[in-house]
Amino acid sequence: MTRLAELADVIRSKNAGPFEVTFDVIFTDAAVFETVRGSGVLTRQRMAAVFGIDDDEITYCDFFEPALAFKLTMIRQTGDQGGVGERDTFGAQQHAPLLDIEIP
Amino acid sequence: MSLPTTILSPAGILGYGISERALLASVDAGVDVMIVDAGSTDPGPYMLGLGATLVSDEAYVRDLTPLLSVVAEHRIPLIIGSAGGAGTDEQVDHTVALIERIVTEAGHRPLRVASIYAEVDPQVALDALVDGRMEADVRGLLPSESAIAGCTSIVAQMGIGPFAELLDGAAPDVIVAGRAYDPAPYAAWAIRRGADPGVAWHMGKILECGGACAEPKGGGVIATVYSDRFELTPMGASQSCTPLSVAAHTLYEKRRPDLLPGPDGVLDVQACTYTALDDRTVRVAGSRHRPADALTLKLEGASVVGHRAMFIGGVRDPILIAQIQPFLDRIRGLATSMYPDLASGEAQLDFKVYGIDGVLGRLETSKQTPHEVGVLGEVTAPTPELAKEICGTVRIGVLHLGYEGQMATAGNLALPLNPIEIPVGPVCRFDLYHVIDAATLHLFTSTTRTIGPSS
Repeated sequence: MTRLAELADVIRSKNAGPFEVTFDVIFTDAAVFETVRGSGVLTRQRMAAVFGIDDDEITYCDFFEPALAFKLTMIRQTGDQGGVGERDTFGAQQHAPLLDIEIP
Repeated sequence: MSLPTTILSPAGILGYGISERALLASVDAGVDVMIVDAGSTDPGPYMLGLGATLVSDEAYVRDLTPLLSVVAEHRIPLIIGSAGGAGTDEQVDHTVALIERIVTEAGHRPLRVASIYAEVDPQVALDALVDGRMEADVRGLLPSESAIAGCTSIVAQMGIGPFAELLDGAAPDVIVAGRAYDPAPYAAWAIRRGADPGVAWHMGKILECGGACAEPKGGGVIATVYSDRFELTPMGASQSCTPLSVAAHTLYEKRRPDLLPGPDGVLDVQACTYTALDDRTVRVAGSRHRPADALTLKLEGASVVGHRAMFIGGVRDPILIAQIQPFLDRIRGLATSMYPDLASGEAQLDFKVYGIDGVLGRLETSKQTPHEVGVLGEVTAPTPELAKEICGTVRIGVLHLGYEGQMATAGNLALPLNPIEIPVGPVCRFDLYHVIDAATLHLFTSTTRTIGPSS
Protein backbone atom coordinates (compact mmCIF):
# COMPACT_ATOMS: atom_id res chain seq x y z
CA MET A 1 0.00 0.00 0.00
CA THR A 2 1.34 3.42 -0.90
CA ARG A 3 -0.10 6.83 -0.09
CA LEU A 4 -1.30 8.87 -3.07
CA ALA A 5 0.97 11.69 -1.86
CA GLU A 6 3.99 9.51 -2.56
CA LEU A 7 2.78 8.44 -6.03
CA ALA A 8 1.64 11.76 -7.47
CA ASP A 9 3.59 14.84 -8.41
CA VAL A 10 0.74 17.29 -7.91
CA ILE A 11 -2.30 17.06 -5.63
CA ARG A 12 -4.21 20.32 -5.59
CA SER A 13 -7.62 21.93 -5.28
CA LYS A 14 -8.90 25.13 -6.94
CA ASN A 15 -12.13 26.91 -7.72
CA ALA A 16 -13.85 25.92 -10.96
CA GLY A 17 -16.15 28.94 -11.12
CA PRO A 18 -17.86 30.27 -7.99
CA PHE A 19 -19.87 27.15 -7.14
CA GLU A 20 -17.48 24.26 -7.66
CA VAL A 21 -14.09 23.13 -6.41
CA THR A 22 -11.96 20.90 -8.62
CA PHE A 23 -9.17 18.58 -7.50
CA ASP A 24 -6.28 17.44 -9.72
CA VAL A 25 -3.99 14.51 -8.98
CA ILE A 26 -1.21 14.56 -11.57
CA PHE A 27 1.40 11.82 -12.07
CA THR A 28 4.59 12.10 -14.06
CA ASP A 29 5.11 8.39 -14.70
CA ALA A 30 2.77 6.62 -17.13
CA ALA A 31 3.20 3.27 -15.35
CA VAL A 32 2.28 4.78 -11.99
CA PHE A 33 -0.72 6.45 -13.61
CA GLU A 34 -1.85 3.07 -14.97
CA THR A 35 -1.40 1.42 -11.59
CA VAL A 36 -3.52 4.03 -9.86
CA ARG A 37 -6.17 4.00 -12.59
CA GLY A 38 -6.21 0.20 -12.60
CA SER A 39 -6.48 -0.08 -8.82
CA GLY A 40 -10.10 1.04 -8.90
CA VAL A 41 -9.63 3.04 -5.71
CA LEU A 42 -10.38 6.52 -7.07
CA THR A 43 -14.09 6.25 -7.77
CA ARG A 44 -17.05 8.59 -7.21
CA GLN A 45 -18.21 6.49 -4.28
CA ARG A 46 -14.78 6.54 -2.63
CA MET A 47 -14.40 10.29 -3.17
CA ALA A 48 -17.84 10.93 -1.67
CA ALA A 49 -16.82 8.84 1.34
CA VAL A 50 -13.42 10.53 1.75
CA PHE A 51 -15.03 13.97 1.81
CA GLY A 52 -18.19 12.93 3.62
CA ILE A 53 -20.50 14.28 0.94
CA ASP A 54 -23.38 12.88 -1.07
CA ASP A 55 -22.55 11.25 -4.37
CA ASP A 56 -24.67 13.78 -6.25
CA GLU A 57 -22.50 16.65 -5.01
CA ILE A 58 -19.78 15.33 -7.32
CA THR A 59 -19.99 16.86 -10.79
CA TYR A 60 -17.01 15.11 -12.39
CA CYS A 61 -14.73 12.22 -11.46
CA ASP A 62 -12.47 10.62 -14.06
CA PHE A 63 -8.95 10.01 -15.33
CA PHE A 64 -7.43 12.16 -18.11
CA GLU A 65 -4.66 10.23 -19.80
CA PRO A 66 -3.01 13.00 -21.87
CA ALA A 67 -2.00 14.70 -18.63
CA LEU A 68 -1.57 11.46 -16.62
CA ALA A 69 -4.11 12.90 -14.22
CA PHE A 70 -7.16 12.17 -12.13
CA LYS A 71 -9.75 14.91 -11.73
CA LEU A 72 -12.55 15.28 -9.23
CA THR A 73 -14.99 18.21 -9.15
CA MET A 74 -17.63 18.85 -6.51
CA ILE A 75 -20.08 21.51 -5.49
CA ARG A 76 -18.29 23.96 -3.19
CA GLN A 77 -18.66 22.82 0.41
CA THR A 78 -16.99 25.69 2.23
CA GLY A 79 -19.49 28.53 1.79
CA ASP A 80 -20.58 31.02 -0.90
CA GLN A 81 -17.44 32.14 -2.63
CA GLY A 82 -16.21 35.32 -0.95
CA GLY A 83 -19.39 35.50 1.09
CA VAL A 84 -20.62 34.90 4.61
CA GLY A 85 -18.88 31.93 6.17
CA GLU A 86 -16.31 31.63 3.38
CA ARG A 87 -13.37 29.50 4.45
CA ASP A 88 -11.23 29.34 1.33
CA THR A 89 -11.74 32.06 -1.29
CA PHE A 90 -9.53 30.44 -3.93
CA GLY A 91 -10.55 26.90 -3.03
CA ALA A 92 -6.88 26.04 -2.91
CA GLN A 93 -6.53 24.37 0.49
CA GLN A 94 -9.00 21.50 0.37
CA HIS A 95 -6.80 18.74 -1.06
CA ALA A 96 -5.49 17.26 2.21
CA PRO A 97 -8.03 14.39 2.45
CA LEU A 98 -6.61 13.03 -0.83
CA LEU A 99 -3.02 12.80 0.38
CA ASP A 100 -3.47 9.76 2.60
CA ILE A 101 -5.53 7.61 0.25
CA GLU A 102 -3.81 4.25 0.00
CA ILE A 103 -3.24 2.57 -3.35
CA PRO A 104 -2.39 -1.15 -3.40
CA MET B 1 -6.09 33.25 -44.96
CA SER B 2 -2.99 34.56 -43.30
CA LEU B 3 -1.42 31.68 -41.41
CA PRO B 4 0.70 30.93 -39.56
CA THR B 5 0.00 33.71 -37.12
CA THR B 6 1.99 34.32 -33.93
CA ILE B 7 0.16 35.39 -30.79
CA LEU B 8 1.88 36.54 -27.62
CA SER B 9 0.17 36.23 -24.24
CA PRO B 10 2.53 38.24 -22.03
CA ALA B 11 1.01 37.26 -18.67
CA GLY B 12 -1.73 35.18 -17.14
CA ILE B 13 -3.39 38.31 -15.75
CA LEU B 14 -2.76 41.92 -16.72
CA GLY B 15 -1.25 43.64 -13.70
CA TYR B 16 0.53 40.61 -12.21
CA GLY B 17 3.85 41.59 -13.78
CA ILE B 18 5.50 41.35 -17.21
CA SER B 19 9.19 40.84 -17.89
CA GLU B 20 10.07 43.64 -20.25
CA ARG B 21 13.24 41.87 -21.41
CA ALA B 22 11.36 38.68 -22.32
CA LEU B 23 8.61 40.73 -23.95
CA LEU B 24 11.03 42.61 -26.22
CA ALA B 25 12.92 39.43 -27.10
CA SER B 26 9.66 37.84 -28.22
CA VAL B 27 8.66 40.93 -30.19
CA ASP B 28 12.02 40.94 -31.95
CA ALA B 29 11.54 37.28 -32.87
CA GLY B 30 8.24 38.15 -34.55
CA VAL B 31 4.75 38.54 -33.09
CA ASP B 32 1.52 39.50 -34.88
CA VAL B 33 -0.56 40.49 -31.84
CA MET B 34 -0.41 40.70 -28.05
CA ILE B 35 -3.50 39.49 -26.20
CA VAL B 36 -3.89 39.51 -22.41
CA ASP B 37 -6.67 38.56 -20.01
CA ALA B 38 -7.33 41.12 -17.28
CA GLY B 39 -10.12 39.38 -15.42
CA SER B 40 -11.18 36.49 -13.23
CA THR B 41 -13.98 35.43 -10.90
CA ASP B 42 -11.38 33.56 -8.86
CA PRO B 43 -10.87 36.20 -6.16
CA GLY B 44 -14.61 36.29 -5.50
CA PRO B 45 -17.53 38.61 -6.23
CA TYR B 46 -16.05 41.87 -4.92
CA MET B 47 -14.83 43.29 -8.20
CA LEU B 48 -18.26 42.89 -9.69
CA GLY B 49 -20.17 43.78 -6.54
CA LEU B 50 -18.18 46.86 -5.59
CA GLY B 51 -16.61 47.90 -8.88
CA ALA B 52 -13.12 47.43 -7.47
CA THR B 53 -10.34 46.59 -9.90
CA LEU B 54 -8.30 43.42 -9.57
CA VAL B 55 -5.01 45.25 -9.05
CA SER B 56 -4.00 48.85 -8.37
CA ASP B 57 -3.57 51.52 -11.03
CA GLU B 58 0.18 51.37 -10.42
CA ALA B 59 0.22 47.67 -11.30
CA TYR B 60 -1.78 48.24 -14.48
CA VAL B 61 0.46 51.12 -15.51
CA ARG B 62 3.58 49.06 -14.81
CA ASP B 63 2.35 46.29 -17.14
CA LEU B 64 0.71 48.50 -19.77
CA THR B 65 3.71 50.78 -20.26
CA PRO B 66 5.99 48.30 -22.06
CA LEU B 67 3.04 46.80 -23.95
CA LEU B 68 1.99 50.20 -25.28
CA SER B 69 5.56 50.99 -26.29
CA VAL B 70 5.47 47.87 -28.44
CA VAL B 71 2.12 48.90 -29.91
CA ALA B 72 3.35 52.39 -30.73
CA GLU B 73 6.84 51.55 -32.00
CA HIS B 74 6.35 48.13 -33.60
CA ARG B 75 2.72 48.58 -34.71
CA ILE B 76 1.71 45.32 -33.07
CA PRO B 77 -1.89 45.46 -31.81
CA LEU B 78 -2.87 44.80 -28.19
CA ILE B 79 -6.14 43.21 -27.07
CA ILE B 80 -7.24 43.20 -23.43
CA GLY B 81 -10.12 40.98 -22.27
CA SER B 82 -12.24 41.42 -19.11
CA ALA B 83 -10.66 44.80 -18.40
CA GLY B 84 -10.37 45.85 -14.78
CA GLY B 85 -11.05 42.40 -13.40
CA ALA B 86 -14.83 42.11 -13.72
CA GLY B 87 -15.11 43.78 -17.13
CA THR B 88 -17.75 46.38 -16.22
CA ASP B 89 -18.24 49.43 -18.43
CA GLU B 90 -16.59 51.62 -15.83
CA GLN B 91 -13.59 49.31 -15.66
CA VAL B 92 -13.27 49.40 -19.46
CA ASP B 93 -13.31 53.20 -19.44
CA HIS B 94 -10.88 53.29 -16.52
CA THR B 95 -8.44 51.06 -18.40
CA VAL B 96 -8.71 53.25 -21.49
CA ALA B 97 -8.04 56.32 -19.33
CA LEU B 98 -4.86 54.69 -17.99
CA ILE B 99 -3.81 53.85 -21.55
CA GLU B 100 -4.44 57.42 -22.64
CA ARG B 101 -2.34 58.73 -19.75
CA ILE B 102 0.57 56.42 -20.60
CA VAL B 103 0.46 57.19 -24.32
CA THR B 104 0.27 60.94 -23.73
CA GLU B 105 3.02 61.06 -21.14
CA ALA B 106 5.32 58.89 -23.30
CA GLY B 107 4.72 61.05 -26.35
CA HIS B 108 3.74 58.02 -28.46
CA ARG B 109 2.06 58.37 -31.84
CA PRO B 110 -1.73 58.63 -31.56
CA LEU B 111 -3.36 55.22 -31.17
CA ARG B 112 -6.77 53.97 -32.28
CA VAL B 113 -8.40 52.43 -29.21
CA ALA B 114 -11.63 50.44 -29.35
CA SER B 115 -13.75 49.75 -26.29
CA ILE B 116 -16.20 46.83 -26.18
CA TYR B 117 -18.83 46.97 -23.46
CA ALA B 118 -20.22 43.89 -21.75
CA GLU B 119 -22.60 45.30 -19.16
CA VAL B 120 -26.17 44.21 -19.53
CA ASP B 121 -29.43 45.75 -18.42
CA PRO B 122 -31.05 43.73 -15.60
CA GLN B 123 -34.15 43.51 -17.77
CA VAL B 124 -32.26 41.20 -20.11
CA ALA B 125 -31.67 38.78 -17.25
CA LEU B 126 -35.21 39.17 -15.93
CA ASP B 127 -36.73 38.52 -19.36
CA ALA B 128 -34.56 35.44 -19.82
CA LEU B 129 -35.59 34.12 -16.41
CA VAL B 130 -39.31 34.71 -16.95
CA ASP B 131 -39.26 33.35 -20.52
CA GLY B 132 -37.53 30.17 -19.43
CA ARG B 133 -34.37 31.02 -21.38
CA MET B 134 -32.09 30.85 -18.34
CA GLU B 135 -30.38 27.58 -17.36
CA ALA B 136 -30.15 26.54 -13.75
CA ASP B 137 -26.62 26.67 -12.36
CA VAL B 138 -24.58 23.61 -11.41
CA ARG B 139 -26.32 23.54 -8.02
CA GLY B 140 -29.68 23.38 -9.82
CA LEU B 141 -30.61 26.92 -8.78
CA LEU B 142 -32.05 29.89 -10.63
CA PRO B 143 -31.87 33.42 -9.24
CA SER B 144 -34.96 35.17 -7.93
CA GLU B 145 -36.19 38.31 -9.65
CA SER B 146 -35.27 40.36 -6.58
CA ALA B 147 -31.74 38.91 -6.59
CA ILE B 148 -31.31 40.01 -10.20
CA ALA B 149 -32.66 43.45 -9.39
CA GLY B 150 -30.25 43.72 -6.44
CA CYS B 151 -27.12 43.15 -8.51
CA THR B 152 -24.73 46.08 -8.53
CA SER B 153 -23.87 45.32 -12.13
CA ILE B 154 -24.44 42.51 -14.57
CA VAL B 155 -22.01 41.56 -17.32
CA ALA B 156 -22.23 38.98 -20.07
CA GLN B 157 -19.15 36.98 -21.09
CA MET B 158 -18.69 37.87 -24.74
CA GLY B 159 -17.60 35.28 -27.29
CA ILE B 160 -15.71 35.91 -30.50
CA GLY B 161 -18.39 37.99 -32.25
CA PRO B 162 -17.64 41.47 -30.86
CA PHE B 163 -13.89 40.99 -31.48
CA ALA B 164 -14.41 39.67 -34.98
CA GLU B 165 -16.40 42.75 -35.96
CA LEU B 166 -13.51 45.02 -34.95
CA LEU B 167 -10.86 42.84 -36.57
CA ASP B 168 -12.72 42.67 -39.89
CA GLY B 169 -12.03 46.27 -40.77
CA ALA B 170 -8.79 48.14 -40.18
CA ALA B 171 -7.85 46.65 -36.82
CA PRO B 172 -7.47 49.19 -34.01
CA ASP B 173 -4.11 49.53 -32.25
CA VAL B 174 -5.70 48.57 -28.94
CA ILE B 175 -8.94 46.79 -28.10
CA VAL B 176 -10.14 47.05 -24.50
CA ALA B 177 -12.98 44.63 -23.93
CA GLY B 178 -15.26 44.24 -20.98
CA ARG B 179 -16.10 40.82 -19.63
CA ALA B 180 -15.16 38.15 -22.14
CA TYR B 181 -15.09 34.37 -22.10
CA ASP B 182 -11.39 34.06 -21.34
CA PRO B 183 -10.25 32.33 -24.57
CA ALA B 184 -12.47 34.47 -26.82
CA PRO B 185 -10.08 37.27 -27.90
CA TYR B 186 -7.38 34.73 -28.77
CA ALA B 187 -9.80 32.52 -30.68
CA ALA B 188 -11.26 35.51 -32.51
CA TRP B 189 -7.84 36.54 -33.83
CA ALA B 190 -6.88 33.07 -34.97
CA ILE B 191 -10.25 32.28 -36.57
CA ARG B 192 -10.20 35.54 -38.49
CA ARG B 193 -6.81 34.50 -39.86
CA GLY B 194 -8.27 31.22 -41.09
CA ALA B 195 -7.47 28.75 -38.32
CA ASP B 196 -9.81 25.86 -37.62
CA PRO B 197 -12.07 26.83 -34.69
CA GLY B 198 -10.97 23.81 -32.62
CA VAL B 199 -7.35 24.91 -32.98
CA ALA B 200 -8.25 28.52 -32.20
CA TRP B 201 -10.33 27.82 -29.11
CA HIS B 202 -7.87 25.35 -27.63
CA MET B 203 -5.02 27.80 -28.20
CA GLY B 204 -7.10 30.49 -26.50
CA LYS B 205 -7.89 28.24 -23.55
CA ILE B 206 -4.16 27.80 -22.94
CA LEU B 207 -2.94 31.28 -23.78
CA GLU B 208 -5.38 33.09 -21.51
CA CYS B 209 -3.39 31.79 -18.55
CA GLY B 210 -0.07 32.95 -19.96
CA GLY B 211 2.87 30.80 -18.93
CA ALA B 212 0.83 28.54 -16.63
CA CYS B 213 1.34 25.83 -19.28
CA ALA B 214 5.12 26.03 -18.93
CA GLU B 215 7.59 24.42 -16.56
CA PRO B 216 8.25 26.22 -14.26
CA LYS B 217 4.98 28.06 -14.63
CA GLY B 218 4.64 31.81 -14.88
CA GLY B 219 5.23 34.71 -17.23
CA GLY B 220 4.00 34.61 -20.81
CA VAL B 221 3.67 32.21 -23.72
CA ILE B 222 3.74 32.44 -27.51
CA ALA B 223 1.51 30.44 -29.83
CA THR B 224 2.21 29.91 -33.51
CA VAL B 225 -1.11 28.99 -35.06
CA TYR B 226 -1.49 27.00 -38.26
CA SER B 227 -4.72 25.99 -39.90
CA ASP B 228 -4.82 22.57 -38.20
CA ARG B 229 -2.46 22.80 -35.20
CA PHE B 230 -0.64 25.20 -32.92
CA GLU B 231 2.75 25.33 -31.26
CA LEU B 232 3.58 26.75 -27.83
CA THR B 233 6.82 28.24 -26.55
CA PRO B 234 7.21 30.07 -23.24
CA MET B 235 8.11 33.75 -23.35
CA GLY B 236 10.82 33.26 -20.71
CA ALA B 237 14.08 31.73 -21.93
CA SER B 238 14.54 29.58 -18.84
CA GLN B 239 11.13 27.93 -19.11
CA SER B 240 9.90 25.04 -21.25
CA CYS B 241 6.59 23.84 -22.57
CA THR B 242 6.43 20.06 -22.38
CA PRO B 243 3.64 17.72 -23.50
CA LEU B 244 2.77 17.04 -19.86
CA SER B 245 2.89 20.68 -18.76
CA VAL B 246 0.61 21.70 -21.63
CA ALA B 247 -1.81 18.78 -21.22
CA ALA B 248 -1.95 19.36 -17.47
CA HIS B 249 -2.99 22.94 -18.03
CA THR B 250 -6.28 21.77 -19.55
CA LEU B 251 -7.18 20.58 -16.05
CA TYR B 252 -6.69 23.94 -14.38
CA GLU B 253 -9.71 25.63 -12.79
CA LYS B 254 -12.19 23.70 -14.93
CA ARG B 255 -14.85 21.18 -13.96
CA ARG B 256 -13.61 18.72 -16.58
CA PRO B 257 -10.55 18.55 -18.82
CA ASP B 258 -12.02 17.13 -22.02
CA LEU B 259 -15.13 19.16 -22.92
CA LEU B 260 -15.00 22.92 -22.37
CA PRO B 261 -18.23 24.79 -23.11
CA GLY B 262 -18.28 28.42 -24.15
CA PRO B 263 -20.64 30.93 -25.71
CA ASP B 264 -19.99 29.82 -29.29
CA GLY B 265 -19.94 26.07 -28.67
CA VAL B 266 -17.99 23.30 -26.97
CA LEU B 267 -14.26 22.69 -27.28
CA ASP B 268 -13.51 18.97 -27.40
CA VAL B 269 -9.91 18.05 -26.60
CA GLN B 270 -10.45 14.34 -26.04
CA ALA B 271 -8.53 13.35 -29.17
CA CYS B 272 -5.70 15.85 -28.82
CA THR B 273 -2.07 14.96 -29.20
CA TYR B 274 0.72 16.86 -27.47
CA THR B 275 4.12 16.44 -29.13
CA ALA B 276 7.47 17.89 -28.14
CA LEU B 277 9.12 19.61 -31.10
CA ASP B 278 12.20 20.45 -29.09
CA ASP B 279 12.96 20.72 -25.40
CA ARG B 280 10.75 23.78 -24.91
CA THR B 281 8.15 23.80 -27.72
CA VAL B 282 5.02 21.65 -27.94
CA ARG B 283 2.73 21.04 -30.89
CA VAL B 284 -0.97 20.51 -30.14
CA ALA B 285 -3.22 18.90 -32.74
CA GLY B 286 -6.62 17.24 -32.84
CA SER B 287 -8.67 19.87 -31.03
CA ARG B 288 -12.28 20.05 -32.22
CA HIS B 289 -14.95 22.69 -31.72
CA ARG B 290 -18.61 21.79 -31.88
CA PRO B 291 -20.43 25.02 -32.70
CA ALA B 292 -23.52 25.79 -30.69
CA ASP B 293 -26.89 25.70 -32.44
CA ALA B 294 -27.60 29.11 -30.99
CA LEU B 295 -25.53 31.66 -29.13
CA THR B 296 -25.63 31.29 -25.36
CA LEU B 297 -24.12 33.78 -22.93
CA LYS B 298 -23.12 33.45 -19.30
CA LEU B 299 -24.32 36.35 -17.19
CA GLU B 300 -22.46 37.34 -14.05
CA GLY B 301 -23.92 39.60 -11.41
CA ALA B 302 -23.00 40.35 -7.81
CA SER B 303 -24.74 42.22 -5.04
CA VAL B 304 -23.85 43.59 -1.65
CA VAL B 305 -25.54 41.35 0.91
CA GLY B 306 -24.42 43.01 4.13
CA HIS B 307 -21.58 44.49 6.11
CA ARG B 308 -19.05 42.56 8.12
CA ALA B 309 -17.07 42.97 11.34
CA MET B 310 -14.61 40.48 12.81
CA PHE B 311 -12.34 39.68 15.71
CA ILE B 312 -9.51 37.17 15.94
CA GLY B 313 -7.87 35.72 19.04
CA GLY B 314 -5.79 32.76 20.12
CA VAL B 315 -6.65 30.20 22.78
CA ARG B 316 -3.79 28.42 24.54
CA ASP B 317 -5.71 26.95 27.47
CA PRO B 318 -6.06 23.17 26.84
CA ILE B 319 -9.15 22.91 29.06
CA LEU B 320 -11.03 25.35 26.83
CA ILE B 321 -9.58 23.93 23.61
CA ALA B 322 -10.98 20.52 24.53
CA GLN B 323 -14.51 21.97 24.63
CA ILE B 324 -14.19 24.90 22.22
CA GLN B 325 -17.04 23.89 19.91
CA PRO B 326 -19.74 23.52 22.59
CA PHE B 327 -18.38 26.71 24.18
CA LEU B 328 -18.83 28.69 20.96
CA ASP B 329 -22.26 27.13 20.43
CA ARG B 330 -23.31 28.48 23.84
CA ILE B 331 -22.15 31.96 22.88
CA ARG B 332 -24.01 31.70 19.60
CA GLY B 333 -27.17 30.81 21.55
CA LEU B 334 -26.76 33.77 23.89
CA ALA B 335 -26.09 36.22 21.05
CA THR B 336 -29.08 34.92 19.09
CA SER B 337 -31.34 35.50 22.08
CA MET B 338 -30.01 39.05 22.46
CA TYR B 339 -30.24 40.12 18.82
CA PRO B 340 -33.47 39.61 16.85
CA ASP B 341 -31.50 40.09 13.60
CA LEU B 342 -29.44 37.00 14.37
CA ALA B 343 -32.56 35.04 15.24
CA SER B 344 -34.31 36.05 12.02
CA GLY B 345 -31.29 35.45 9.80
CA GLU B 346 -30.95 39.11 8.76
CA ALA B 347 -27.56 38.96 10.46
CA GLN B 348 -25.19 36.00 10.54
CA LEU B 349 -22.53 34.91 13.00
CA ASP B 350 -19.78 32.53 11.94
CA PHE B 351 -16.83 31.11 13.87
CA LYS B 352 -13.79 29.55 12.31
CA VAL B 353 -11.48 27.66 14.66
CA TYR B 354 -8.02 27.46 13.14
CA GLY B 355 -6.14 24.44 14.40
CA ILE B 356 -9.28 22.29 14.41
CA ASP B 357 -11.37 22.84 11.27
CA GLY B 358 -10.92 26.44 10.19
CA VAL B 359 -9.99 25.57 6.61
CA LEU B 360 -12.05 22.48 5.82
CA GLY B 361 -15.03 22.91 8.14
CA ARG B 362 -17.19 19.81 7.95
CA LEU B 363 -14.84 18.25 5.37
CA GLU B 364 -12.13 17.97 8.01
CA THR B 365 -11.14 14.39 8.87
CA SER B 366 -8.27 15.02 11.30
CA LYS B 367 -9.12 14.46 14.96
CA GLN B 368 -5.86 15.68 16.48
CA THR B 369 -6.11 18.11 19.39
CA PRO B 370 -3.81 21.09 18.91
CA HIS B 371 -2.01 22.92 21.69
CA GLU B 372 -3.40 26.23 20.51
CA VAL B 373 -6.25 27.39 18.29
CA GLY B 374 -7.15 30.64 16.56
CA VAL B 375 -10.77 31.75 16.84
CA LEU B 376 -12.01 34.01 14.06
CA GLY B 377 -15.45 35.45 14.68
CA GLU B 378 -17.28 37.22 11.88
CA VAL B 379 -20.63 38.94 11.93
CA THR B 380 -22.49 40.08 8.83
CA ALA B 381 -25.42 42.45 9.29
CA PRO B 382 -27.49 44.89 7.21
CA THR B 383 -25.43 47.84 8.53
CA PRO B 384 -21.78 48.20 9.53
CA GLU B 385 -22.89 49.59 12.90
CA LEU B 386 -25.00 46.57 13.76
CA ALA B 387 -22.26 44.21 12.58
CA LYS B 388 -19.77 45.94 14.89
CA GLU B 389 -22.20 45.91 17.79
CA ILE B 390 -23.04 42.22 17.53
CA CYS B 391 -19.38 41.40 16.95
CA GLY B 392 -18.45 43.29 20.12
CA THR B 393 -21.01 41.43 22.19
CA VAL B 394 -19.88 38.08 20.80
CA ARG B 395 -16.23 38.88 21.41
CA ILE B 396 -16.92 39.87 24.99
CA GLY B 397 -18.75 36.56 25.45
CA VAL B 398 -15.88 34.55 24.02
CA LEU B 399 -13.39 36.46 26.17
CA HIS B 400 -15.24 36.31 29.50
CA LEU B 401 -17.71 33.45 29.65
CA GLY B 402 -16.84 30.64 32.04
CA TYR B 403 -16.69 26.95 31.14
CA GLU B 404 -16.52 23.55 32.81
CA GLY B 405 -13.27 23.04 34.76
CA GLN B 406 -12.03 26.58 34.04
CA MET B 407 -8.82 27.51 35.89
CA ALA B 408 -7.76 30.56 33.86
CA THR B 409 -10.45 32.94 34.98
CA ALA B 410 -9.06 36.26 33.71
CA GLY B 411 -9.70 36.02 29.97
CA ASN B 412 -10.18 33.30 27.34
CA LEU B 413 -8.51 34.90 24.30
CA ALA B 414 -5.08 36.21 23.37
CA LEU B 415 -6.13 39.21 21.28
CA PRO B 416 -3.38 40.50 19.01
CA LEU B 417 -5.06 43.50 17.41
CA ASN B 418 -6.52 46.82 18.43
CA PRO B 419 -9.17 47.89 17.85
CA ILE B 420 -10.45 44.45 18.75
CA GLU B 421 -13.59 44.47 16.60
CA ILE B 422 -12.51 45.26 13.07
CA PRO B 423 -14.87 46.42 10.33
CA VAL B 424 -14.19 44.34 7.23
CA GLY B 425 -16.51 46.14 4.83
CA PRO B 426 -19.29 45.12 2.47
CA VAL B 427 -19.95 41.45 1.78
CA CYS B 428 -20.72 40.51 -1.81
CA ARG B 429 -22.25 37.43 -3.38
CA PHE B 430 -22.59 36.13 -6.93
CA ASP B 431 -26.35 36.28 -7.40
CA LEU B 432 -26.11 35.63 -11.10
CA TYR B 433 -23.79 33.14 -12.76
CA HIS B 434 -26.17 31.67 -15.26
CA VAL B 435 -26.23 30.84 -18.93
CA ILE B 436 -28.99 32.33 -21.07
CA ASP B 437 -30.17 31.60 -24.57
CA ALA B 438 -29.03 34.76 -26.33
CA ALA B 439 -29.95 33.94 -29.92
CA THR B 440 -32.00 37.06 -30.50
CA LEU B 441 -29.95 39.44 -28.38
CA HIS B 442 -27.42 42.04 -29.49
CA LEU B 443 -25.75 42.90 -26.24
CA PHE B 444 -22.26 44.16 -26.97
CA THR B 445 -21.53 47.64 -28.29
CA SER B 446 -18.19 49.13 -29.16
CA THR B 447 -16.79 52.57 -29.79
CA THR B 448 -13.45 53.53 -31.29
CA ARG B 449 -11.52 56.73 -30.81
CA THR B 450 -8.06 58.10 -31.22
CA ILE B 451 -6.01 58.88 -28.16
CA GLY B 452 -2.63 60.46 -27.70
CA PRO B 453 -0.74 63.71 -27.47
CA SER B 454 -2.30 65.42 -30.48
CA SER B 455 -5.89 64.27 -29.94
